[in-house]
Amino acid sequence: MSLATTESVAEIKARNKQLIDEVLKVYPEKTAKRRAKHLNVHEAGKSDCGVKSNLKSIPGVMTIRGCAYAGSKGVVWGPIKDMIHISHGPVGCGQYSWAARRNYYIGTTGIDTFVTMQFTSDFQEKDIVFGGDKKLAKIIDEIQELFPLNHGITIQSECPIGLIGDDIEAVSKVKSKEYDGKTIVPVRCEGFRGVSQSLGHHIANDAVRDWIFDKVNPEAKPAFESTPYDVAIIGDYNIGGDAWSSRILLEEMGLRVIAQWSGDGSLAELEATPKAKLNVLHCYRSMNYISRHMEEKFGIPWCEYNFFGPSKIAESLRKIASFFDDKIKEGAERVIAKYQPLMDAVIAKYRPRLEGKTVMLFVGGLRPRHVIGAYEDLGMEVVGTGYEFGHNDDYQRTAQHYVKDGTLIYDDVTGYEFERFVEKIQPDLVGSGIKEKYVFQKMGVPFRQMHSWDYSGPYHGYDGFAIFARDMDMAINSPIWKKTKAPWKDAPRPSLMAAE
Amino acid sequence: MTQNAEHVLDHFELFRGPEYQQMLANKKTLFENPHDPAEVERIREWAKTPEYREKNFAREALTVNPAKACQPLGAVFVAVGFEGTLPFVHGSQGCVAYYRSHLSRHFKEPSSCVSSSMTEDAAVFGGLNNMIDGLANTYNMYKPKMIAVSTTCMAEVIGDDLNAFIKTAKEKGSVPAEYDVPFAHTPAFVGSHVTGYDNALKGILEHFWDGKAGTAPKLERKENGKVNFIGGFDGYTVGNIREIKRIFELMGIEYTILADNSDVFDTPTDGEFRMYDGGTTLEDAANAIHAKATISMQQYCTEKTLPFIENHGHEVAAFNHPVGVSATDEFLMTLSRITGKPIAKALEQERGRLVDAMADSSAHIHGKKFAIYGDPDLCYGLAAFLLELGAEPTHVLSTNGNKAWAEKMEGLFASSPFGKNCHAYPGKDLWHMRSLLFTEPVDFLIGNTYGKYLERDTGTPLIRIGFPVFDRHHHHRYPVWGYQGGMNVLVKILDKIFDEIDKNTNVPAKTDYSFDIIR
Repeated sequence: MSLATTESVAEIKARNKQLIDEVLKVYPEKTAKRRAKHLNVHEAGKSDCGVKSNLKSIPGVMTIRGCAYAGSKGVVWGPIKDMIHISHGPVGCGQYSWAARRNYYIGTTGIDTFVTMQFTSDFQEKDIVFGGDKKLAKIIDEIQELFPLNHGITIQSECPIGLIGDDIEAVSKVKSKEYDGKTIVPVRCEGFRGVSQSLGHHIANDAVRDWIFDKVNPEAKPAFESTPYDVAIIGDYNIGGDAWSSRILLEEMGLRVIAQWSGDGSLAELEATPKAKLNVLHCYRSMNYISRHMEEKFGIPWCEYNFFGPSKIAESLRKIASFFDDKIKEGAERVIAKYQPLMDAVIAKYRPRLEGKTVMLFVGGLRPRHVIGAYEDLGMEVVGTGYEFGHNDDYQRTAQHYVKDGTLIYDDVTGYEFERFVEKIQPDLVGSGIKEKYVFQKMGVPFRQMHSWDYSGPYHGYDGFAIFARDMDMAINSPIWKKTKAPWKDAPRPSLMAAE
Repeated sequence: MTQNAEHVLDHFELFRGPEYQQMLANKKTLFENPHDPAEVERIREWAKTPEYREKNFAREALTVNPAKACQPLGAVFVAVGFEGTLPFVHGSQGCVAYYRSHLSRHFKEPSSCVSSSMTEDAAVFGGLNNMIDGLANTYNMYKPKMIAVSTTCMAEVIGDDLNAFIKTAKEKGSVPAEYDVPFAHTPAFVGSHVTGYDNALKGILEHFWDGKAGTAPKLERKENGKVNFIGGFDGYTVGNIREIKRIFELMGIEYTILADNSDVFDTPTDGEFRMYDGGTTLEDAANAIHAKATISMQQYCTEKTLPFIENHGHEVAAFNHPVGVSATDEFLMTLSRITGKPIAKALEQERGRLVDAMADSSAHIHGKKFAIYGDPDLCYGLAAFLLELGAEPTHVLSTNGNKAWAEKMEGLFASSPFGKNCHAYPGKDLWHMRSLLFTEPVDFLIGNTYGKYLERDTGTPLIRIGFPVFDRHHHHRYPVWGYQGGMNVLVKILDKIFDEIDKNTNVPAKTDYSFDIIR
């Protein structure tokens, strides 16, 4: 089906380069110059993908990116379930991000757990004019009265906070003292800071360091006895239960997971993490900062892993085990062996239906590279990928470990570029976000949301891979794609029927 | 191992397996520092009490689970209702990602909108350069016929002047001098998405009617007998606007729908992505000044727009999201009076059919108590319909409703014996509603998707009517206006009532004597 499969690598490279030249023509000269640096064709053997990244988005081009608030409240802090996260400022930011990220958790919502709630200071004009600090102080009092089982509070700044000069740090300190040292964390994640969600992750990480780690009493009685096998899962937001289908594997190999950051996480887990023997890091982009900090300050090593698809899972389990003794190394082999029949069955069922299919991705965090192995386990090929808010270290990892020669790379892609690329390359599947989903489906291109797993998941771990494979088959081989053209017009594109 | 290649288990089955349940239980007791379950239970019960309600209603600063969004969302909703128009929101870019996601999640459609991507330097120096570059890029890339500008709170706090900025951008050649760039300041810290709708629509009409920001002569009104129609911010815009067009056509009325986004939020899947589809043509938007009258379906979405239009000599009429028999009667009679056209026979028949359906089913709705929340006009329209059905809209709550709205609601309650024990709650949120549902229970709740948390916590069955509806598909394609729309609302309510009766009468040998085949 796809054009790519019939072409040689040289032809693909030439085609992709020509495509880039074509899309750049639409821009005014200054913009074309800037965008040219973000688009490239990967050359095998190069240490990165040959694109600039983590630079300002260009006004008016329809970037897909979000903001620092989205990175802090939406990604890092929001899933911490026993704390109340105040969207501090006008109502919109908290409203649009309310329960939208599918960070699964167990708890009694509204009583001891608060993830799928929208707490906001709902700023009015008078708050902008006179400042919102008094209101914030009162909000904290009201939270204490109405939600007495909360374990802590964070203040997630929206744009106006930094512009009107509010002192949320002072309010936090005063209120923390008033409530017996309660954890109250001011976060300076105003949406205008930085160039994307990415700075919000960093700011959120720093807030954990400054307002949680630095306030833990080293003399306090430990909540649990440490073991040599204690690890923390860092950078898994438990979307559709991802962290759970990961945790189960770590525990089956003999490790003990003492904290989840931050999906289904709790304040106690954040506080206990410095006791871990190893931090295992899934989303490098959003949580490398705190991992590095724990390495420097507490001497905890960290290890990146990838739990998408059996090849990468096995590789990762062995890599994690290499930090421990033989018992854990044997445990890793035992886990790999245990799930081998399931993986064989999944691949036997779905690979024949997906073999040779091509995919184009555009996602955030770790996914533009991490899911490539899972597609390859199913015989599929990723022909284009890019990061919404990646940095050069992401593109280095992508180039060195994941993408093939000739892959089209697009950083902070614009709506226009992405449409043109897909139109010309005609992949069998596009994996991106909600804003892109319907654009490509209208074009008749199968699509999966790769942020929310299109309301499915988990996709992590062995259990998740079965769902991933089923979902990709369901998207690509849905009978509906045969019907996008009326029979009295052009012939429909051929495709298999979905397995279930 | 629970997962299975033959029958792949989804999240809702997978995690109920014993391995996962054990794992999660261990996680909780060992690492989460959980509260004593008895204490959790005590607080859970306490949060249901009148005492808690009193504290909850005494809140002055904290908002929990509000049922409103911010102004620019409404502005984007308006902008895409004009032919070939791209909304351009001046300020931080994350906001635009949010509006697009929000609209796409409701309509299951693409939602195109650009941002001027202001960052820290723009916060210091102002966003003029972002406007200059942004307009040039948008114009060249997406070839819109019009770019409609609104603002995020960042641009408002630093005081960017859209009029001056757009003028400068034109001077710098970002877009041609005569190109249409209407604008509206839409601060998120004033009002809600319905305010943004109002401001944006007024901004566009002002642009076309009052001399395009001083660059063209003001239009001189020459009345042409047409009627302008404004729907307001409406999650059912696709079904509703099409229904309204049908009604106008049945009555032979010449009309202009202003901000007609019914096509752009319902494009076909046929191999082509339409960034723009349908919409009010720019010519029609300008010529709308010549209309005889303008009708707003939602008073609180047009509080500034309608007086602006009235000042241009139109007769204006505002409704409150009319649903049901009397409200539709009034709408049609107003149309008829304004245009001199009789109400079409076909509509009279539709009216009779709606009355017929209500008569057939009213026994199941009569006397039932409802809680409603949503935008102020929607709440009014639904409450009025329930009163017609002999039901009691006991709690009517609107986070973006004000005191005037509450007074209007109280007036409505006073007009019907079924409104006797009903109350309006302006400016309250869904955490207030939670207390209301626990302390003064009702039979059914009407609201948007977020009502599912109230349904779960209080056991009050939720009928999904409102915006956003994320977790049910395609309801926006069906009208709730006109007699046919009233029929849709009636069926939606009845389906839930019957489903609940069946659900509560299906235990064999215990309750299933009432599990009736004929209802």
